Amino acid sequence: MGRYFLSKLIQSLVLLFGVLFLVFMMVRVTGDPAALMLSRNASPEQLEALREEMGFNDPALVQFKHYITGAILGDFGNSLHFKTPALPLVLERLPATVQLASVGMLMAIIIGIPIGLVGGFTPGSVVDSIGRFLALIGQSVPNFWLGLMMILFLGVRLGWFPTFGRDSWNSVVMPAFVLGLPVMGQLVRLTRSAVLEIRGEDFIRTAHSKGLEPRTIYLKHVLRNVAIPLVSVIGVQFGYMLGGSIYIEAIFAWPGMGGLLAQSIGWRDFPLIQAIAVFTSLIVLLLNLLTDLAYSIIDPRIRYGR
Amino acid sequence: MADKDTKSHQTIDSLLDTEKTFKDRLAYFGRFLWRDRGGVIGLTVFLIVVFAAVFAPLITNQSPFDQNLRSSKLPPAWKEEGTWEHPFGTDSLGKDVFSRVIYGTRVSLMVGLFGVLIASILGLLIGAIAGYAGGRLDAAIMGGVNLILSLPYLLFVVFIATVLGRSLLNVILIFGITDAPIFARVTRGEVLRIRESGYVESAISAGARWPTIIFDHIIPNLLGPLITLATFEMSAMIFYEAGLGFLGLSVPPNEYPTWGNMLAAGRKYMTSYPWMASFPGLAIMFTSLGMNLLGDWLRDVLDPRMRRSRK
Repeated sequence: MGRYFLSKLIQSLVLLFGVLFLVFMMVRVTGDPAALMLSRNASPEQLEALREEMGFNDPALVQFKHYITGAILGDFGNSLHFKTPALPLVLERLPATVQLASVGMLMAIIIGIPIGLVGGFTPGSVVDSIGRFLALIGQSVPNFWLGLMMILFLGVRLGWFPTFGRDSWNSVVMPAFVLGLPVMGQLVRLTRSAVLEIRGEDFIRTAHSKGLEPRTIYLKHVLRNVAIPLVSVIGVQFGYMLGGSIYIEAIFAWPGMGGLLAQSIGWRDFPLIQAIAVFTSLIVLLLNLLTDLAYSIIDPRIRYGR
Repeated sequence: MADKDTKSHQTIDSLLDTEKTFKDRLAYFGRFLWRDRGGVIGLTVFLIVVFAAVFAPLITNQSPFDQNLRSSKLPPAWKEEGTWEHPFGTDSLGKDVFSRVIYGTRVSLMVGLFGVLIASILGLLIGAIAGYAGGRLDAAIMGGVNLILSLPYLLFVVFIATVLGRSLLNVILIFGITDAPIFARVTRGEVLRIRESGYVESAISAGARWPTIIFDHIIPNLLGPLITLATFEMSAMIFYEAGLGFLGLSVPPNEYPTWGNMLAAGRKYMTSYPWMASFPGLAIMFTSLGMNLLGDWLRDVLDPRMRRSRK
């Protein structure tokens, strides 16, 4: 167990280093980073001043060392727009993004898994058809567009929910639903196919033939096994939701990290963009690590290396 | 249950039937087409989109670029003030929404097609090398592949697009390169499976030469999963391109009309002139829905294992 966790931890650290390297390379390799950060009509003096200030005139290795030590200490430099350190600005926005992703995931689980279960036990039924349709829609509707449509119909025309911000308790409903919909569809599909597969397994037939009650079989034998793939998908998807709410936060003016990212793209605020990219990756890696851990607890086969 | 069994018997019989003529094959294919209407819908949608992209000037005589401030913000034709000259209305600068949606298929399809082409070629090479070489090289390559796949994808695409700047070529390259790991992973898995399967060994022991093995045994078995994946990935790229456009990171708006740029521009007018953003959104949904249906169907048709387990 400890060894398994250790190797996963080392993998994650290597991954994190890879992310840092990638972010560093992307900004430096594409030419003049100072020109990237300033507007097109910046004067040569302004460019030179920024280069000096940000240390772009130093040799690449020195810059990389400086950058890595800074990143480890949580120092990504000052935001060009706010003129204050970048990381605290990102951390300030974290609770809103976590709230959005959590509510979205909760909606996906509460709606998606029951529909998938019913679909798996009664393939071809009405609920099953609804579930498959939901899965297809969740996969195909662009979330930024769905967000706009919900604002228009549920927000403006019907006035059910606030159209932007995070001021009242029901502000979270629309953005969380839009964020959760693709995951909902995926959970329906996955639950359904897992139930179908496990129902055909030998141990289910054995349970039936030794005279167990169908209810006991469904609850004890089927559901427990369905939970295994679901845990890993929920963990990984939660990470994606934390890192993938850019459009939704921008549309609903949700004060989270994604909205901040969309804004900092407009400001060409690279220190801030870097901080968001690295910090979000860190969270996603942590979540993946936790998912692996949960997975290995539920499914002993993983722990013992099959 | 009995129904399912006879069906799978039929499938096995028709697979074993080596004397199959072209006509039989066609009929077999046609039966599938009929049985899975989702696939027919998907294929039709895909063909409509391709047709719209190729024959855009024949479908609409309006230019997607012409601005006319006098006829700006016109509603769609079925509204009271609308005209059939602008079936989907006009945007804030008087550009015809319908023709922009039609011409918009070009960028979407180009990004999807070339993006998938680059990603699949890169992924095929990387995955095949990893699968054949095995050992340390395999472990190193797959380590890198899994590294990239575990990153928050959207975030990195946005980051890279911001750094590289807006252009069609950049968008295609970004998707082509960032999507290659998925193709690599699938290719490697398939190569491993094929290598370990008995039929390649039997073919070698039966004296088949390597071109026969590669072209008759390995490539057909590799092609199915890759084509299926390509369909889903193409749909995803069209989706992400629109997303980048929405953030103002895709093709510059004065070069080509794109659905994402239309959405971004129409967003401001959402509450008073909803058609400006509704139609490009519908176009993305239509295309994406069709390609996903097509992908589902291809997966079933091209993979016999899936075919049997399907309900």
